[in-house]
Amino acid sequence: MKIHEYQAKQILAKSGVTVPRGEVIAKPEDARAVPEKLGGGASVVKAQIHAGGRGKGGGVKLAHNPLEAEALAGQILGMTLVTHQTGPEGRVVKRVLIEEGLDVARELYLGIVIDRASGRPVFMASSEGGVEIEVVAAEHPEKILKEFIDPSVGFQAFQARKLAFGLGLEGKVVNEAARLFQNLYRAFEATDASLVEINPFVITRDARALALDAKMNFDDNALFRHPDIRELRDLDEEDPLEVKASNYGLNYIRLDGNVGCMVNGAGLAMATMDIIQYAGSRPANFLDVGGGANEEQVRHGFEIILSDRNVRAVLINIFGGIMRCDIVASGVVAAAKTLGVKVPIVVRLKGTNVELGQKILKESGLNFEVANDMKEAAEKVVAAANRSYSA
Amino acid sequence: MSILVNESTRLVVQGITGREGTFHTQQAVAYGTKVVAGVTPGKGGTSVDGIPVFNTVQEAVDRTGANASVIFVPPAFAADAIMEAADAGLPLVVAITEGIPTLDMVRAARFLAGKRTRLIGPNCPGIISPGKCKIGIMPGPIHLPGHVGVVSRSGTLTYEAVGQLTALGIGQSTCIGIGGDPIIGTTFVDALGLFNIDPETHGIVMIGEIGGAAEEEAAAFVQAHVKKPVVGFIAGRTAPPGRRMGHAGAIISGGKGTAADKIAALQAAGIAVAESPALIGETMAAALKK
Repeated sequence: MKIHEYQAKQILAKSGVTVPRGEVIAKPEDARAVPEKLGGGASVVKAQIHAGGRGKGGGVKLAHNPLEAEALAGQILGMTLVTHQTGPEGRVVKRVLIEEGLDVARELYLGIVIDRASGRPVFMASSEGGVEIEVVAAEHPEKILKEFIDPSVGFQAFQARKLAFGLGLEGKVVNEAARLFQNLYRAFEATDASLVEINPFVITRDARALALDAKMNFDDNALFRHPDIRELRDLDEEDPLEVKASNYGLNYIRLDGNVGCMVNGAGLAMATMDIIQYAGSRPANFLDVGGGANEEQVRHGFEIILSDRNVRAVLINIFGGIMRCDIVASGVVAAAKTLGVKVPIVVRLKGTNVELGQKILKESGLNFEVANDMKEAAEKVVAAANRSYSA
Repeated sequence: MSILVNESTRLVVQGITGREGTFHTQQAVAYGTKVVAGVTPGKGGTSVDGIPVFNTVQEAVDRTGANASVIFVPPAFAADAIMEAADAGLPLVVAITEGIPTLDMVRAARFLAGKRTRLIGPNCPGIISPGKCKIGIMPGPIHLPGHVGVVSRSGTLTYEAVGQLTALGIGQSTCIGIGGDPIIGTTFVDALGLFNIDPETHGIVMIGEIGGAAEEEAAAFVQAHVKKPVVGFIAGRTAPPGRRMGHAGAIISGGKGTAADKIAALQAAGIAVAESPALIGETMAAALKK
């Protein structure tokens, strides 16, 4: 799960990570008061959307005085911000964070993620702050310092100092930075984060260390023990169909093709998307109905696929292990009947209770095309999608 | 022959009294697996279908001589269950549970370091040596005893591949689902190493997917050590970057972990990569004829 920058900063500040002073506002008329409270000097107005690249997209602006902050907040609030991460449709900005302007001497990078190979969290730091870390990783991997964290003892002070000295910090800011790093890891661990990124982490000319930006993602599997974090979810930032799917316990991701698909199991769902492309079309979605989906979930899944207007044909590919084919078949029939489906549907069932499943489809009186294997299913559904274009 | 599980495997089911635990215990027994014990804290002294239930794994091991465990415990308690099994000295622990918090697995993995326990999973279908022993949730009847080893990050996609092999008359020595999470016990490299030294395994199918670098590591291992034919498939060519495709570990992040990179690595190592998921069986059949 993702949250906004201002929310991440609130969490981090509670853990003792120094962040710039500031406030989040939703109405332009509230903007002026924020820099006034901060002393009336320069401030930064930052659009709050989940995607990165906000600065390049025009969503982060420097205001020299409170009046200018109000004008900039008026421009940014309500704008549709397009960045390399939002897609061409962009996101409407509903809140801006207004923060004190700082006299920055150095821009650095900090990040904590789980390293799969070692099975441990890794704390990364780089002198190349303010740019995309992927670019640094590709071009100058030696500029990324890494400290692997032993979960039985946590992130140690010496590791924090190694990173601070490694970044070339000197004087009293070394200890301040090292303390901030340790607090950052504490926040990562305490919230079951999957990613914490501070880019840039800055040193000011008066030798203070602050998290100028903050990004936190959380492990969805751990949200059950963090009700406070779950409340920070912003449904406006998510695709409405994906939100609807998640409410029914379905895993749906919208894509831009025209062949809808419903599959049990994530790996088979990806493989089904791939074979649709291999057969000459493009998948409209990823939809994993999971191992133990019931008839109602299947019906909802079907509803969601069909509410995507790009969908010209649907492929249902179920390899029943735990999932029984008759349950899928009943769900599909119920959904097709209540929704009055117009697009062709190709069904491939295999595994537990397959005969019963096929019987239910056949006796439904609806026009399902049945396929015996994945290749046949993909070819049939692509042909059907092409037919429904020319029709 | 087979790897890791066979006729002498004596299984304890952790979470046997739950819905999933009970159902899959019955399926395993029907397949011929020797299920000797169950564990549910607080239900010690009861039984499920004649299988004795104990309060702790240690007690189950002491009383029944169990040498492998399977975990059907809910996600919030599953890492604890893994550690309990390892503490009881079990050489093999198969964690089926999906949705374990990653940091719980980080701690469990640290706990397992240096112990004799091999963990398979979590978030996996389990392991089966066809005709001998089935531990997990895979449908037994699609398998056929034989000489091809299968290792996969997926569940149903593994069934798909096994179904294709069986339809072509190609049996399997052992099929292992290693799981779709970022942190797993047994890796591709571990499984490939075991299949490589098993004289009865003549070829290996490995099914990967987007995310991480485990397939690239496996490719390097195959190139250096494996003389048997290896067939690969990577799911997720059409997956968009930055999105988690169902499995917690299936995500392309920062341009890393794409299907194209993995396929290239496999091919460079001499692995025959099936272009389409419908061609996994045929590709293996062709590789075995060479």
